[in-house]
Amino acid sequence: MHPEKQTHDFEPKIIAFVCTWCTYAGADLAGTSRMQYPANVRVLKFPCTGRIDPVFILKAFQQGADGVLVSGCHPGDCHYIAGNFHARRRFAAFRKLLEFVGVDLNRLQFSWVSAAEGGKWVEVVTDLTEKVRAMGPMTEFKELAMEEQWSGAINTPELKEAYSQI
Amino acid sequence: MSRIGVFICHCGENISRTVDVERVAQQVGKMPGVAFSTDYKYMCSDPGQNLLKKAIQEQNLTHVVVAACSPRMHEKTFRKAVEAAGLNPFLCEMANIREHCSWVHENREEATVKATEIVGMMVERVKKNRVLPTITVPVTKRSLVIGGGIAGIQAALDIADCGHEVILVEREPSIGGHMAQLSETFPTLDCSQCIMTPKMVDVANHPNIKLYTYSEIELVEGYIGNFQVTIKKRARSVDEDKCTGCGVCMTKCPQKKIPNKFDQNIGMRTAIYIPFPQAVPNTPVIDRENCTMFKTGKCGVCQKVCGPGAVDFEQQDQLIIEAVGAIVVATGFDLYTIDEKPKGSLIKGYGEFGHGKIPDVIDGMTFERLASASGPTGGKILRPSDGKEPKQIVFIQCIGSRAREKGISYCSKVCCMYTAKHTMLYHHKVHDGQAYVFFMDARTPGKSYDEFWRRSIEEEEAVYIRGMVSRLYQKGDKIIVRGSDIAVGVQVEIEADMVVLATAIQPQKGADTLAQKLGISYDKYNFYSEAHAKLRPVECATAGIYLAGACQGPKDIPETVSQASAAAAKVMTLFSKDLLEREPIVARVKESGCVGCFACKKVCAYGAVEEKEIRDRQGNLIKTVAFVNPGVCAGCGTCQATCPSKSVELDGYTDEQIVAMIESL
Repeated sequence: MHPEKQTHDFEPKIIAFVCTWCTYAGADLAGTSRMQYPANVRVLKFPCTGRIDPVFILKAFQQGADGVLVSGCHPGDCHYIAGNFHARRRFAAFRKLLEFVGVDLNRLQFSWVSAAEGGKWVEVVTDLTEKVRAMGPMTEFKELAMEEQWSGAINTPELKEAYSQI
Repeated sequence: MSRIGVFICHCGENISRTVDVERVAQQVGKMPGVAFSTDYKYMCSDPGQNLLKKAIQEQNLTHVVVAACSPRMHEKTFRKAVEAAGLNPFLCEMANIREHCSWVHENREEATVKATEIVGMMVERVKKNRVLPTITVPVTKRSLVIGGGIAGIQAALDIADCGHEVILVEREPSIGGHMAQLSETFPTLDCSQCIMTPKMVDVANHPNIKLYTYSEIELVEGYIGNFQVTIKKRARSVDEDKCTGCGVCMTKCPQKKIPNKFDQNIGMRTAIYIPFPQAVPNTPVIDRENCTMFKTGKCGVCQKVCGPGAVDFEQQDQLIIEAVGAIVVATGFDLYTIDEKPKGSLIKGYGEFGHGKIPDVIDGMTFERLASASGPTGGKILRPSDGKEPKQIVFIQCIGSRAREKGISYCSKVCCMYTAKHTMLYHHKVHDGQAYVFFMDARTPGKSYDEFWRRSIEEEEAVYIRGMVSRLYQKGDKIIVRGSDIAVGVQVEIEADMVVLATAIQPQKGADTLAQKLGISYDKYNFYSEAHAKLRPVECATAGIYLAGACQGPKDIPETVSQASAAAAKVMTLFSKDLLEREPIVARVKESGCVGCFACKKVCAYGAVEEKEIRDRQGNLIKTVAFVNPGVCAGCGTCQATCPSKSVELDGYTDEQIVAMIESL
């Protein structure tokens, strides 16, 4: 029997950007092997980590993600020859920028999980969830998003109505 | 306005056990744009697919989301069904609520919430999906087979017999692989070379097979149907066209004491050599490391005695480029190297069993060479140390296999059977000898396998002791083997003349490097991974690349041959059409935004980005922009993430689609 599940006050929202060939398949393997991990993660599939624009990470934080995971093939194993190398270089620079902006880098995790590493996927997701849970909710970007809404977006009902009357 | 249909699958009980599918369907049904939402026991079944088709037509659906298993499993199935109902297949998306949800969570509430969010995410995504045309590409109906062992030979012959050209590449000077080294094969005890060499000759004589031996794969480019392979043909120092295979050079070569790898280094060969008498091609090769001519610049005896003048010391390595449509990987296995640290292990091999220190402790393959009629002893079982016939021989099984602490947890599958065979070969050749076997379990599934194993005990008088050896040391000219018999619960000590270790099967050295060149995945032991363990066991996840033999996992000969023929059948399926449909997941350039910085060109690993000039009506150049060749583009999307002006878009993974997904969460 599995131990009784612990209840927590805070359930973090984790968004994972993964590549189809390695990490997505690795997560599938974790499923096929009926491994268990926290249900906080939402997976977005990309052909390759090379496709992942750093903007998506910002967008995720802005949408209220408390932690972001980017995971792809191990160096040298990229299905697209070198996409993960481009991703690695891009995110190495991006991390610095993010730190400068004031985001705690513990909320952002990069990892390599291969198609054969179901166990590692479980480990990475569990670790990140627990780490972010301990850190508490990420609020900085949510506040920023609200400010943006207030400052110019036209998709609020009040503004829409106001515009329609012009 | 989109009219989205959402179909939630129960997958029998696999999903509905942990996810409240009805609630998910109900909740998602309330989302804007969703016109129809339902759940069904098995969406992938015929009635399930018919339900989908009927709903598309009756409800006038514009987009479809199927929430079920992984898209890696059934995306094609549902896209086909959607297409049959008259929609573009790329307007259908799958939400993975089985592998990524119901199977990995136990809490029903949590799993239901998560499933709803996953489906919601895909609903937002599918709204932004565009109609994509299917791209067709021509298929090059030639195939490459890597590895000339029994797997590669079988696959090459099958494909070639169907009338298609095959390029067979082998690293060693001769094809034949490990099977050519074996003495007899289980469970029928037919002579390995007698059944192997005719196949090798068939390969050499087949008009559709182009054979490159002593060659390696340097580079693989392209994609399914259109691969470009660069093969490095190492300098043989002998002109294959001129050589008649008379063998005078080998008889005259003064370097005669070089250990022959084919004979597991117990037999000797010359510096100019063929590895074994039945080698294909029957053209010698000069081992440049050991040749006096290459070491000192003086000798050249082989060149002087060669009638046709085939010996060429100046020969260089050659790079050959071949265009192929499919690749069969059949690189086979290597035996566990006792004296080396295996991958992932902290402990160095099995030094405690004295391999490398005690000359009469040998591995299974060495025993095969001793027992082989064409081996260094002419088929007599003799001790490597003093050439005496061993009267007591001990076989130890599971050396390397099933030993987690040594880094290998799998069973090598063939050792139980080959050890049983060894005891028989030994008994047939040394009538007054006694064979002992230390074993953990006897694993003998297979046609006539268990009968064969029993025969080794009941008729051939091998003594099987269940237990592992704890200590082994030399005493005089004997080897003392101490172990425990756990069936009886006593300590056993045997004074052996020779010890044979049944070493584990491992992938070939360099298997990972080759996988990286091919872009295929491999597991932690370096065995190549198949696309699906049960349903696609001979295909790689990378389209157009197939697997045969022990490079995928430990296998015996019958299994290897079956898999090789299966791989050949898969290649023939691919070659049965002139045009191949491929996924239209390719990048497109929005020319209005492109500033022609060509950052995309620099990051494209496939060279798919070209320069395109935009001219006005008078023919004056306005600007040069990037153009993605859809035939070459593999669809990784690295260009899109790199483009500073956001002018490249990867169809199927546009910024719009991804942002919609993130925003739904």
